[in-house]
Amino acid sequence: MKKILLGNEAIVRGALEAGVNFVSTYPGTPASEIGNTFYKIAKEAGVYPHTKRGQGAKIDEVSPRSGVGVYFEFSTNEKVALEAGIGASFSGLKTLVAMKHFGLNVASDSLMPFCYTGSKGPTVIVVADDPNCWSSAQSEQNSRAYSYLAHIPTLEPSDPQECKDFIKLAFEISEKFNLPILIRLTTRVSHQRAPVKLGKLSGSHPDKARFVKEPQRFVTMPPRVLEMKKELFKKIEKIKEFSEKTFINKISLLTSDVNKQKTGIITSGVSYLYVMEALEELKIDLPVLKLGFFYPLSEKKIKDFIKNLKKVLTVEELEPYLEKEITALAKSVNPGLQIYGKALLPEVGELKPDHVVAALATVLKTHDRRVLAQRADLPKFPKRLPNLCPGCPYWLVFGAAKKAVDFKKVIFGGDIGCYMLAGLPPHNIQDYLSCMGSSIGIAHGIKKATAGQQKLIAFIGDSTFFHAGIPALINTVFNKSNPLIIVMDNQTMAMTGHQPHPGAPAKPDGIKIENIVKACGVKNLKVIDPIKQKELIKTIKEFLNKKQVSVIIARRPCIFVK
Amino acid sequence: MVIVGTGGQGVITVLRILAEVALIEGYDVKTSELHGLSQRGGSVEVHIKFGNKIHSPLVAQGKADLILGLEMQECLKSCYFVHPHTKREQDAKGTKIDKVSSRYGVGANSKTSFLINDYLIPILSCPPEPSAQADGRRVQKPWPKNKILKTLKNWTKDITLTPAAKICEKELGTKVVVGVYLLSLAAFKKLVPIKPASILKAMKKVLPSKYLELNKKTFNLARKND
Repeated sequence: MKKILLGNEAIVRGALEAGVNFVSTYPGTPASEIGNTFYKIAKEAGVYPHTKRGQGAKIDEVSPRSGVGVYFEFSTNEKVALEAGIGASFSGLKTLVAMKHFGLNVASDSLMPFCYTGSKGPTVIVVADDPNCWSSAQSEQNSRAYSYLAHIPTLEPSDPQECKDFIKLAFEISEKFNLPILIRLTTRVSHQRAPVKLGKLSGSHPDKARFVKEPQRFVTMPPRVLEMKKELFKKIEKIKEFSEKTFINKISLLTSDVNKQKTGIITSGVSYLYVMEALEELKIDLPVLKLGFFYPLSEKKIKDFIKNLKKVLTVEELEPYLEKEITALAKSVNPGLQIYGKALLPEVGELKPDHVVAALATVLKTHDRRVLAQRADLPKFPKRLPNLCPGCPYWLVFGAAKKAVDFKKVIFGGDIGCYMLAGLPPHNIQDYLSCMGSSIGIAHGIKKATAGQQKLIAFIGDSTFFHAGIPALINTVFNKSNPLIIVMDNQTMAMTGHQPHPGAPAKPDGIKIENIVKACGVKNLKVIDPIKQKELIKTIKEFLNKKQVSVIIARRPCIFVK
Repeated sequence: MVIVGTGGQGVITVLRILAEVALIEGYDVKTSELHGLSQRGGSVEVHIKFGNKIHSPLVAQGKADLILGLEMQECLKSCYFVHPHTKREQDAKGTKIDKVSSRYGVGANSKTSFLINDYLIPILSCPPEPSAQADGRRVQKPWPKNKILKTLKNWTKDITLTPAAKICEKELGTKVVVGVYLLSLAAFKKLVPIKPASILKAMKKVLPSKYLELNKKTFNLARKND
């Protein structure tokens, strides 16, 4: 049976077919639907956030059948999500942790030692990159660098069917070698829909979970930690042998004989799809080595593929990791090989099928017959930028801030969420924007550096405050600086699809942000409904003159919160 | 095929229905969409391809056979996907070939069709021009409809403009079904090679049951107005 699934839904389906027991995540585009789908399953079973063992859950999106007992949670941030997953794995459960690329930065502190200890219950970490920064403010990150940094085996699917197949394989590899496996997705894989052949759900049987004391295995203290590193390298060597034989590194050629060809293509992930389309467009037949395994690379397979070629084109999005590896490998087997890659393809922005056609035409020195409109020919018209929704309470907060102060003089700190639209017209009040929680951390630095001479308002959302804002707030109290922090509390994670968070959980027993702020030692604190504009404007003016840090919690639910 | 509109117009719902239709009719199908910030009230552009074997989910430049426009101005951006202008000529051996012209121009004879909702959504925020005030508070007016149509006609002659928003609002009391109306109309007008009945089947699979009746009415409205 085939069902149309989004790449992210196929990840969920694959995990359920593999019999996953424990799932944790923090939402972030383009990874959000992985958590959302598990959340839906848990909610339908009436068991979020504590999906009890063996309790039935209905999954109409991803599976027509009920009967899964999976624990699922939205954690406070990605590091905590991964640590929850590590605990579940140490207790023997089959575990999935999902996040966007920046989330892996947050979680990386826990990722490194986890590769040293290894997993006990099979564990897969899914990370979704966002080439072109469609929904990512801070950088165009290529998470493949973590594969080298953490020595974590990494698979790159290219479509929803592979999402499902690769995640099942990843659980098998993890089970076999006791090492977590990374699945790297990109926007065009996560948000690609296609028919997926469904397999059998294996059901979740977490009843045997038990933490067994094995300090040799789970404690990364020196000198043991160096032995662990050696063990990790041994595992990677074994996985490399495994990767030479696996079906996910494959050579495809439409008609002719591989050995007679002089030009070949090496690719991975979504780029593979663009390569196949380009070959069709140019009506040519070349051997294509598709690497499902990004790390460790199948060196033997690559060497065999390139040894008789004259030219090879590596097609990959963003930074040229494959190209560098292949350049190194060619030195021993085919020093004269002409290697093309980033000289012909963009390193900034996402790859498009058109880029690959043009690059191939150059490599083959054939005429690119396409007639393409030039940028100058395309109509020029006013561009539509993202907007706050009509009726969004953030309009009220930005409006009040602009009325309260001279916005050309006061510094405005931005953070990650819907409210980063402060930087766009008609608001235009955002003087710096970096990563989750940083509006407060950077505010402190600016205040210290300028000896408090310049006034500063830092905006931070409710979920972002829980995610990474609290340590920075404590720092302003401990090291004594006086920014005004406005917590934009709309009672949900709005940008990523209205997930619950500690201050606004599914049931109304949330942790109150004002209690945390008070406990951090903040004296100037007010909770204001931004519809009360006069009070909000007055308080902003008053708090900006305080000698210590001050916090306004502007609380009014997102219009989509029921 | 490319579908364009703005956030909240239901573009992704149309995409899901059409993908399901393609599967029902036995095609291979792939789609691509964007979520998150890119969806927040801004431009939405999704891609769908179906056929015997589909590799890339993205429509390449100059390769869209049909562009569904849920909002008129958004169509301007999709000129990127319009097939180049072709002319039927005889080659040296006397075989008729479609020769691709090297440039786009007035009255271009492109293979691409547009089916457009006669509807404009004002642009609330756009990048400030140098002349804009310091706070960038300047609402740009949408292009007038005749200017948009005139520009699009430089790219293809095959443009169908239909007052979908007005019709749906009048007959059904809501504009949220405009996308489903356009898709149904495209099927009845044979702008897309699918059986209209498959749309009804796909809606049952994709839509929550509480919205099914409204969407069936929309489908029938499109049949009536074809």
